[in-house]
Amino acid sequence: MLQIRNLHARAGDKEILRGIDLDLKAGEVHAIMGPNGSGKSTLANVLAGRESVEVTKGQVLYLGRDLLAMPPEERAWEGLFLAFQYPVEIPGVSTLYLLKAGLNAIRKHRGLPEVDAIEFLALIKEKMKLVDIDQSFLSRAVNEGFSGGEKKRNEVLQMAVLDPKLAILDETDSGLDIDALRVVANGVNGLRSKERSMLVITHYQRLLNYVVPDRVHVLYNGRIVRSGDKDLALALEKKGYAWIEQEARGMAAGAPPSA
Amino acid sequence: MSTARAGIEKDPYLAAFARLRKESPAWKGSWTRPLREAAITRFAEIGFPTLQEEEWRKTSVAPILRVPFAAQPAYSANGFTAKALERYTFEPWECTHLVFINGHFAPGLSRLRPLPEGVIVEPLAQALEKRRDEIEPHLARHADDRHHAFAALNTAFMQDGVYVRIADGASIEEPLHLLFISTSRGEPVVSYPRNLIVAGKGSRLSIVESYVGPHHDLYFTDALTEIVAGEDAAVDHYRLQRESEKAFHVAVLQADLGRYARLGSWNISLGGGLVRTDVNALFGAEGGEVRLDGLYITGGSQHVDNHTLIDHASPGCTSHELYKGVLDDRSRGVFDGRIIVRKDAQKTDAHQTNKNLLVSEDALVDSTPRLQILADDVKCTHGATIGQIDEDAMFYLRTRAISEAAARNLLIQAFVSEVLHGMRIEPIRAGLECLLFTRLRKGHGAGVEA
Ligand SMILES: Nc1ncnc2c1ncn2[C@@H]1O[C@H](COP(=O)(O)OP(=O)(O)O)[C@@H](O)[C@H]1O
Ligand SMILES: [Mg+2]
Repeated sequence: MLQIRNLHARAGDKEILRGIDLDLKAGEVHAIMGPNGSGKSTLANVLAGRESVEVTKGQVLYLGRDLLAMPPEERAWEGLFLAFQYPVEIPGVSTLYLLKAGLNAIRKHRGLPEVDAIEFLALIKEKMKLVDIDQSFLSRAVNEGFSGGEKKRNEVLQMAVLDPKLAILDETDSGLDIDALRVVANGVNGLRSKERSMLVITHYQRLLNYVVPDRVHVLYNGRIVRSGDKDLALALEKKGYAWIEQEARGMAAGAPPSA
Repeated sequence: MSTARAGIEKDPYLAAFARLRKESPAWKGSWTRPLREAAITRFAEIGFPTLQEEEWRKTSVAPILRVPFAAQPAYSANGFTAKALERYTFEPWECTHLVFINGHFAPGLSRLRPLPEGVIVEPLAQALEKRRDEIEPHLARHADDRHHAFAALNTAFMQDGVYVRIADGASIEEPLHLLFISTSRGEPVVSYPRNLIVAGKGSRLSIVESYVGPHHDLYFTDALTEIVAGEDAAVDHYRLQRESEKAFHVAVLQADLGRYARLGSWNISLGGGLVRTDVNALFGAEGGEVRLDGLYITGGSQHVDNHTLIDHASPGCTSHELYKGVLDDRSRGVFDGRIIVRKDAQKTDAHQTNKNLLVSEDALVDSTPRLQILADDVKCTHGATIGQIDEDAMFYLRTRAISEAAARNLLIQAFVSEVLHGMRIEPIRAGLECLLFTRLRKGHGAGVEA
């Protein structure tokens, strides 16, 4: 599904990703953990196609194609979805309108007919159950005046409607109380399938109690410094990020100088 | 420099007046003659504005003065048929349409519907002679033509337009649509539309002025509308400027409000090469309410200047103003919003907002709020923004499978929807939305009508 090779990226004049390798197969859920500022969102943004982040080295294959060569909308047409850490407010555009336009663009790309208003509403109604969101939210402007939790639920709803092949969730759990966390986790679990892969970025282990990952990667300072199974997340929770930081620093100090 | 220029450029207009003074059958023996004479004298005194004048700092009228415009002396359909009007009449829209071509009433193209008791709607040129007693106290008594050369010219040369009078307590539910069409066949034409609307005590009325013309036609519209809203009257006024991209359009709207009178004004500017509008509201008595909304969407090398003036001359009045601009290509926008709160106008509530979206690097906008507050117990706010398309919003929409072009258009539509959604005539609101949408989709940027 997704192969990331030696990915380097910078924003402004700061190098943020410094050599990332990752393989995600169809149906797998991988978690990416790491302290604040380690580059998790930057990775998500690069994968979704944000132009302000510049890829300086490396490549990304998505379904066998060069992902980095595609504009963001084409990635979406091809089934990539990013749930934003900080969903954007868009005054004057309703979530319903956004979703219908997006869904139809994807369908058009795949040679399918557009959905009409009735089919679309039926689909929305079904997906809404997944995230326990009130329909009135959908006719309001996208994320405008939504609470943090409402924004995150709206992201999960959009994911459900656009039905991606690869979903990247950037801290969809942060800032949620335990009930909201459960709603979001159920939403995500409801979308797990053999065909769909997920990259779940999180700062805390608690989401992973609900969404159990196949692999866990720890991102630190722009590199994946450790990978393991779900127990790695538990170990991290117990020992804290300081453990990784020390280890990473030790590695850097002990490393032989490069030629 | 300014005085030298003003000298010769007035001449063709003075000469045209002298000719009409001699030849016009309509002017002969009319009680409006002294009005016209006084106006042309004032015009001769003040001359055309220059960039040195505070009110015209950002808009040079020199391009208008370089063209030898001539008024069309009498009505002619100029080849317009009812079919050709359909693109301007927001079909299917059931209302009275009064059509004017090059300043003259077009009876064959107009569609009149039955009017309720107490309502008079007539071409002004007819009404002037028939209804002198009721018109004389109002005509040219409200708009200030002592400082505005184009207002003075309009009074001097006024051709036709509408006279509306709503009796005390009467109302008209259906909107009135005034469609002013200009066209130049060979010779550049100037027209002087003139409207007078007198709304009696407690009356209600909604009126739409459209200004249109075929593509590439070079002409000049100098329009003036006076509205007098009596006690507790409610008037909605829409002006839809969709002139040819080569046309010049200068217009004044003056609304005087009585006690507890309400005015809604929508000033929509889509076309025109060089456009200047002045929308002025005066609170002549307490408790009035004004809402001034505006939208200017420009592209190419259009220059659109919106001046507004809200004169809180009486206590306890409320004004809400929202003007929004979308500027593309090399176009230029001007917003100059003046609010005066006079010394005795306590408990004034005035809010002004001007927001601009620059969708090209070469577009430019000047926004000047001018608040003069002389009373102390008032609530006044104002805010102006000039921004570009929000890149974060663009990225978000694109990750939702919306193409770059569609995302851009969607954000522009979202930006203007705040003004469109406030409109209270559904066919107009929907029609404008549709117009805008097609225009954006055709990739004409925000520019003139495709
Ligand atoms: N556009 C940018 N310009 C400059 N620095 C940036 C930009 N975006 C992110 N950064 C920096 O890159 C680092 C990684 O940020 P981010 O990817 O958001 O981390 P995380 O999501 O892991 O908290 C941080 O130090 C952040 O300040
Ligand atoms: Mg982050």
